[in-house]
Amino acid sequence: MSAVSASNDVAKGSGIYSKAGSLSRERRWALWMAYASLTVAAIIFLAPPVYMFITSLKGSAEIANMRGNPWLVREPTLENYGALLSNSMFLRFFVNSVVITGLVVLVTMVISILAAFALARMRFFGSQFLATGVFLTYLVPDTLLFIPLYQIVGGLGLLNSIWGLVLVYPTLTVPFCTWIMIGYFASIPKELDEAALIDGATWPQMLLKIFIPVAMPGIIAATIFAFTVSWAAFVYPTAFVTTPDQMPLTIGVVSQLVRADTFAWGQIMAGALLAALPPVVIYAFLMDYYIAGLTAGATKG
Amino acid sequence: MSADTLTADSRPASVPAGTGSLKRFARRRSTIAFLMTLPLLLVIVCLVAYPASYGIYLSTLNRTMERSIGFGNFEILFDTDTFWNVVWQSCIFAITAVIAKALIGFWLAHMLHHIPTKGQRKWRGMLLVPWVIPPALSTLGWWWMYDPSYSSINYLISLVGAPPVPWLGEPLWARAAIIIVNVWVGAPFFMIMYLAALKSVPEQLYEAAAIDGASSFQRLRYVTVPMMANIISITVLFSLIVTFANYDIVRVLTNGGPRDLTHVFASYAFQVGILSGNIPRGAAVSLFMLPILAICAFFVLRGVTRRNKEQM
Repeated sequence: MSAVSASNDVAKGSGIYSKAGSLSRERRWALWMAYASLTVAAIIFLAPPVYMFITSLKGSAEIANMRGNPWLVREPTLENYGALLSNSMFLRFFVNSVVITGLVVLVTMVISILAAFALARMRFFGSQFLATGVFLTYLVPDTLLFIPLYQIVGGLGLLNSIWGLVLVYPTLTVPFCTWIMIGYFASIPKELDEAALIDGATWPQMLLKIFIPVAMPGIIAATIFAFTVSWAAFVYPTAFVTTPDQMPLTIGVVSQLVRADTFAWGQIMAGALLAALPPVVIYAFLMDYYIAGLTAGATKG
Repeated sequence: MSADTLTADSRPASVPAGTGSLKRFARRRSTIAFLMTLPLLLVIVCLVAYPASYGIYLSTLNRTMERSIGFGNFEILFDTDTFWNVVWQSCIFAITAVIAKALIGFWLAHMLHHIPTKGQRKWRGMLLVPWVIPPALSTLGWWWMYDPSYSSINYLISLVGAPPVPWLGEPLWARAAIIIVNVWVGAPFFMIMYLAALKSVPEQLYEAAAIDGASSFQRLRYVTVPMMANIISITVLFSLIVTFANYDIVRVLTNGGPRDLTHVFASYAFQVGILSGNIPRGAAVSLFMLPILAICAFFVLRGVTRRNKEQM
């Protein structure tokens, strides 16, 4: 700040050019500041996953050895990954997660695309009210409803079953996906459907031939959202599933790998990283869609 | 065809009586619209609205769920110290964590906005990683980093000569540990939302302010903040809801311990309702979240509708 005020004093004397110099110096200082804070933030933000990775490469003897820097790995080994990938229980978790997530994403996208099309384009009795209701249900957290749902799912005989999870996961995904699909569909120009109507298209044809292709970025963003949410869901499986062979990955890793008396930290970390891999890979390849979906809730719609 | 007549009847009579084909068209359109929204309605009614009212009913039953005891569960809760601990812990946790997330997110969004556009993608990609990993799994990593005898954080602390921190053993530190993890997970979300909002502020406003001789703080105070006020409030309130109702981090990190002092509403409801088998009282605990969530939801909704009107 003193540099700025000093150069202001100079500027009074020597005209506009020295002021421009101070501006660029201020800008350079801001840029340096920006890179410094981003670097610090990146180190802190990436440290836990990196440390998980480091631990997953260590054998149990090296983990138990308390001397030396825990952030370094001296004898890297893949035995933890090998043990997990030959562990039939872990593979079972993985299969369960894939089945649950696949079904939930499919159901969610069908429900929300149909509903969003109707809500965005066909004004009917109560459509405004219903759109608001969709957003409100999005704001209802899963921890508010898991106890009554526990009773309901138990009444249907679906506790300890992946089908019970497939039944309740749409409460996490459908409201937000419908909400952002309404936004995407509403941004499609009216002229397109008028032209289609004049050409004699029916409503289903309009949806399939015009809306779905045009709103493809929105559909991808919503699909990614549904995938990450149902892959990461934790409250419902923790409450509804206690038998290991029906567990999805999140609760499986947290409850089954941790259960032993002496914690196999290397395996736990390897398991957590493998379980986190699918969403991270999708994010790495479809980052722009991911971010579009993330920000769509409040900036669109 | 019964659905057809049903929806046609429920429509207000505002549709002008035109030719027969037009009428039929309108009727068909509303039928189709009804059928298309039916699955959504089923999800909302059967899996959200019905459980919500069923939860309220559950909370008035006794432990064996045989008879109604009115507000008995709530009265018992009011008399227990643990419950009041839960209330305070939840509020302190949610408010501290959201403020920290909002400030860090705002700062990082600003820094990211300052650097050349070419590099922004790379930094943004790195900084969003905590948000992408499922929280239950990344919390496992934090749990290991907080481990009493092998803590890698304490190793770094010992490098500067400070004594080791009992991260999960002492109530105060355990609370701090939970907040740190929550901020770590949630700050990238704020950063992304604020960055999107920053990019939508017209550049001319800054130029005009610069011509008027505004300092960088004044530009922030009188241009950026007013332009972003709506998105800031929406994000903060939304995050308040999610943080207040958080479960995974507490479950993995402390499971409510030491001495039940780090329970939040969700983990306490889980403990009472599912683990100890007192479902009605568990339902009562989670219902306590409802008022604050309702207030936040009301303001989020108002903010979003206002924003939509601005954009139209």
